[in-house]
Amino acid sequence: MKHKDDDAAPGGLTRRQLLGSSAALLVGASGAASGLTFQGTPEWKPFDNVAVEPVDTEAEWQFFTDEEAATVEAIVERLIPADDLSMSGKDAGCAVFIDRQLAGAYGGYERLYMHGPFQDGTPEQGDQSALTPRQRYRLGLGALNDHCRNEHGAVFAELGEDQRDRLLAQLEDEEIQLDDIDTPIFFELVLKNTMEGFFADPIHGGNRDMVSWKMLGFPGARYDYRNYVERHNEDLGFEPVSIGGRPDWQTQG
Amino acid sequence: MATKLPPTDAVVVGLGWAGAIIANQLVDAGLKVVGVERGPWRDTARDFNIASVTDELRYAQRQELMLRTAQNTITLRNNPTQTALPMRQWGSFHPGNGTGGAGNHWAGITFRFQPEEFRLKSHLEERYGADSIPDELSLQDWGTDWEEMEPHYDAFEKIAGTSGRAGQLASGRQEGGNPFEGVRSSDYPTPPLKQPYSPTLFAETAREMGYQPFPVPSSLVSEAYTNPLGVTMGPCTFCGFCTNYGCANYSKASAITTVLPALIRKENFEARTHCEVLKVTTDSDGRRATGIVYVDSAGRRWEQPAEIVVIAAFTFENVRLMLTSNIGEAYDPATRRGTTGRNYAYQTANNVQLFFDDKNFNPYIGAGAVGMGIDEFNNDNFDHAGLGFFGGGSTRVTPIGATPINARPTPPGTPRWGSNWKRATVDNYASTMTIGCEASNYSSPNNYLSLDPTYRDRLGRPLLRITFDFTENDLRMAQYVTEKTAEIARRMNPRQIVANPRTGPWDGRPYQSSHVVGGFVMGADPSNSSVNKHLQVWGVPNLFVVGASAFPQNPGYNPTGTVGALAFKAADGIVNHYLRNPGEMIST
Amino acid sequence: MKTLVGVTLALVPMAGWAASTEYQDIERGRYIGVLGDCAACHTANDDQPFAGGVPLETPFGTLIAPNITPDPATGLGRWSYEEFKAAMTEGVGKGGYHLYPAMPYPSYTLMHEKDIRDLWSFLQTVTPVENAIEANQLPFPFSIRSVMMGWNWLNFDERTFEPDPEQSDEINRGAYLVESLGHCGTCHTPRNFMGGEGSDKFAGATVEGWYAPNITPNAHVGIGSWSDDELVEYLQTGGNRYGFASGPMADEVHHSSQHWTEDDLYAVARYLLSGAGLDSSDWDREPPEPLPEDNPQVAAGSHIYFDRCSGCHTPNGGGEYGIFPQLASNPLVNGDNTTSLIRVVLAGSRPVATDAKPTAPAMPSFAWNLNDEEVASVLTFVRNSWGNAAPAVSAGEVADLREEMRGN
Repeated sequence: MKHKDDDAAPGGLTRRQLLGSSAALLVGASGAASGLTFQGTPEWKPFDNVAVEPVDTEAEWQFFTDEEAATVEAIVERLIPADDLSMSGKDAGCAVFIDRQLAGAYGGYERLYMHGPFQDGTPEQGDQSALTPRQRYRLGLGALNDHCRNEHGAVFAELGEDQRDRLLAQLEDEEIQLDDIDTPIFFELVLKNTMEGFFADPIHGGNRDMVSWKMLGFPGARYDYRNYVERHNEDLGFEPVSIGGRPDWQTQG
Repeated sequence: MATKLPPTDAVVVGLGWAGAIIANQLVDAGLKVVGVERGPWRDTARDFNIASVTDELRYAQRQELMLRTAQNTITLRNNPTQTALPMRQWGSFHPGNGTGGAGNHWAGITFRFQPEEFRLKSHLEERYGADSIPDELSLQDWGTDWEEMEPHYDAFEKIAGTSGRAGQLASGRQEGGNPFEGVRSSDYPTPPLKQPYSPTLFAETAREMGYQPFPVPSSLVSEAYTNPLGVTMGPCTFCGFCTNYGCANYSKASAITTVLPALIRKENFEARTHCEVLKVTTDSDGRRATGIVYVDSAGRRWEQPAEIVVIAAFTFENVRLMLTSNIGEAYDPATRRGTTGRNYAYQTANNVQLFFDDKNFNPYIGAGAVGMGIDEFNNDNFDHAGLGFFGGGSTRVTPIGATPINARPTPPGTPRWGSNWKRATVDNYASTMTIGCEASNYSSPNNYLSLDPTYRDRLGRPLLRITFDFTENDLRMAQYVTEKTAEIARRMNPRQIVANPRTGPWDGRPYQSSHVVGGFVMGADPSNSSVNKHLQVWGVPNLFVVGASAFPQNPGYNPTGTVGALAFKAADGIVNHYLRNPGEMIST
Repeated sequence: MKTLVGVTLALVPMAGWAASTEYQDIERGRYIGVLGDCAACHTANDDQPFAGGVPLETPFGTLIAPNITPDPATGLGRWSYEEFKAAMTEGVGKGGYHLYPAMPYPSYTLMHEKDIRDLWSFLQTVTPVENAIEANQLPFPFSIRSVMMGWNWLNFDERTFEPDPEQSDEINRGAYLVESLGHCGTCHTPRNFMGGEGSDKFAGATVEGWYAPNITPNAHVGIGSWSDDELVEYLQTGGNRYGFASGPMADEVHHSSQHWTEDDLYAVARYLLSGAGLDSSDWDREPPEPLPEDNPQVAAGSHIYFDRCSGCHTPNGGGEYGIFPQLASNPLVNGDNTTSLIRVVLAGSRPVATDAKPTAPAMPSFAWNLNDEEVASVLTFVRNSWGNAAPAVSAGEVADLREEMRGN
């Protein structure tokens, strides 16, 4: 992933940019007004955007320990195996994706209502666990490897492909009950996050070279199909494009 | 202790569709208006940058534009024997946040309710007999009628630039439009959108079967359009990042693309963002609203006195504010007394999947509201005698854009991972389509909103508690309309169809619809409604509560067109009636 | 206003002329102030009109436009009309110091005396605001005001407007507005190395990091392909199908031209499009040939355009009237100077919102998304497609402006 100018700091505003009657002011304790108050069209701030910084896929693990990372890579490699359709989930960067997600706001469920009391309800009432994704992975991966050591004498990553497939199927079918964590909570989260990593935009660390999009024929981050919407039942032959671009953007020769 | 601010003529809570429309109308009438919004100011170019908005992980999975449940959520249960628990992550519905509200990430489908809907109870009793409505339903009339509503629908569509083809004009039935709609005073502001393959195929088959398909009315404009406020929108480009996303090219109508650019320039208006309203204040006998109290992002509390208070937040917050402010009597399902929280209803979402071998739908081409539909099995458009239920659904194909984290249809029985999963995913991605049936949800004495006794928000206020399940009526209706939909699907001759009628109990986890309605409903009778037909609170004449919270039940249509129309109706009531006799209930 | 078209009022200068208190003179003076766009520089805060205090960046450093309210201590309260007139027409302030030509006295010198008087009368009626301004923020040696004596000798002629008897009253009115009150050349005419208006009149120039485009009748790089209606629409509403006023021009429309009378706007449009006052050899040139489609930058740029730009500007560069500027055959795209083009792609821009066009559809920023080569490629593609033809944009130009804007 090339690094774009993602830290373009807003230049100092010139008089001309502070345009029109705009006034966005955080008012002090004067009592005259309050909050972020707008009167008039808010001004444009140069470089203003809410883009997310692309994941540095080459950096070291941000959340996982080496053993956890190896375990996750060994899982995503079987959930999405290499075959004639695509590279594996591991090679596509699903573990990197999950690591970066866990290291960020998602990993702590910062956006979510995480106040108690935490109590079991009906399935229809949804996830009521007090555990954040970071905790779920830490506990789940540890418990999985404990299980593997006890039952198979080796950690998950050291097991063969068929054995890993069998274990994952047993987790999915709740034939194994892990210690320390509700098995379905752990398995479903890993499966969901793996698919997110495989199919999300590559800026998030997975879906290397837009592999899953090429596989499906999904054209990616495009915004104009006006000339194509009425071309029915036809392969339109789009090369996918990421938020970060695509090879054709580079000048050739 | 709240610091008191200088008084204003009107304060409007919430700057989504309803709040922005009303604020604009009141400002134009010469009132000084303060708009108070819980979330941030949204700006298309900054927040919905064309290069960064196409991010499924961020917007669909992580729910970037939705209210953070950490800030506020609801608790849910299917019936009073259960303990309600918090919805920690939005599932069944997607409340919005910030200026534009859920109107930024909505799909854009913009139906008008049918004329019979506004007098549903009377209509059904007249057609099927006085005792025909089962006891489990609490259907009622709206206290208004089509003639009163039509001009306000017309005004909303002209603000939004809604695209579509008229079915009924004063000059008569229009070919290619919806034959079941009420007579319109004018055609849609912009022509129908171009159609992708799957809706085209559906419409062809439906026509062969004798149905009358029509383009789904859509507030994604089909050509550049300048609305009566002078605000210009660009045409929809079928990008497929629509529902759950903000629109980067100003083609999806929202308060931020149609009203606020003009409104914010007006001297009599100011907007305060990141300010969450805590309650409506009233005088000692509760007969007059004196203003609101809100808390800003720094945690300071402010009292904004106002002559007129308009509550125009999402359904949930409208009702919670009324409960926490002791406006009206809280509904009690045991005695069926009280109106605040009464007649909460939802939508009954059904669908049929069609798996083909020989088709390429290019399913990534789409938009929240492009598609074709039929209404033969909606509402009371078919004879319900002997069917054992009332209601129905809008049957349609609306490809919203198959983004691959979420849209990877495979037939039942397909593994969820491994090479066989991958093969099936690839084989079905481009050749699968879905016919949806967005069906009615009829209110029941057992479904209601109240304050949760246990769970509280970050400010210490009780969360709103939803007690809801689908009624027998709605489950029977779901089976019926889904079978009718499946008949069309079979006629389209796919390899396999999978019918998914809604079944109980209501499940808070999978997304179904954000069409949560009722809880502070409108009507002609204060004993079973909270607001009159002008959205004016019974007994508190200077308080108006506007939104889908006013729907007494939910027909088989998307609600936003009616929310917009009710906003214009409330503004009309304030400007043309209330201001002539301030402090009085409007009598006309 | 019509009666004044082409009329030269031959008032005899006299000492001690007192401001008029006549309603119509004051109202007329207010409109003169609108035509001259005094507020653009002298009003920082709309609640305190003309109280000054907005920094103006010039190539020589920063100036702050002074307080011109009648406040005695900090404004013009102690000035006489004659002192005001000297400032307007000679660039000399009370007490004899020299103004910097950011104050467009080289244009205002052409003003009719009646207009200066009415403007003065109006300024005497605005609310006095106590707001002390240190106008001069320039570094040495430009901070030495007497430097301006030499500048004036080289760059400034004190004169009055002379109508051209060969032209219609309307063209002459347009000429007066453009050359004098409108001071269009202040931005649109390239400055020489000393900051005086140079010889390529209206050929376009860089101002405050924006490119004030070529406004000659050249159809390829100027406004020659615009109709008078389109030019009036731009000045009156802040936009037409080719674009929206951004940067300093947005200020101009906001404070000034949206409030001009339609007669005055058409006079300006017809004067500019007539080429009167210009030597045709200065602007009447053949357009260049566009770069070929297989040019590597054009080829790469076509992909970037389809992926990122066409969702608004449309696949064929046609744009959408009223919201997305047409890029095809757009002179603003073809100019030699690419400052504004690079700038809006990098930083984004919101055009002016006017009552007629309240939408203010902003161009999003792409600095975070496109690197220097990509910005150069997509602009090179746009500048050589759909009837446009212009030299390639280099990555170096983009890098320089990116650096400059960050450093601001």
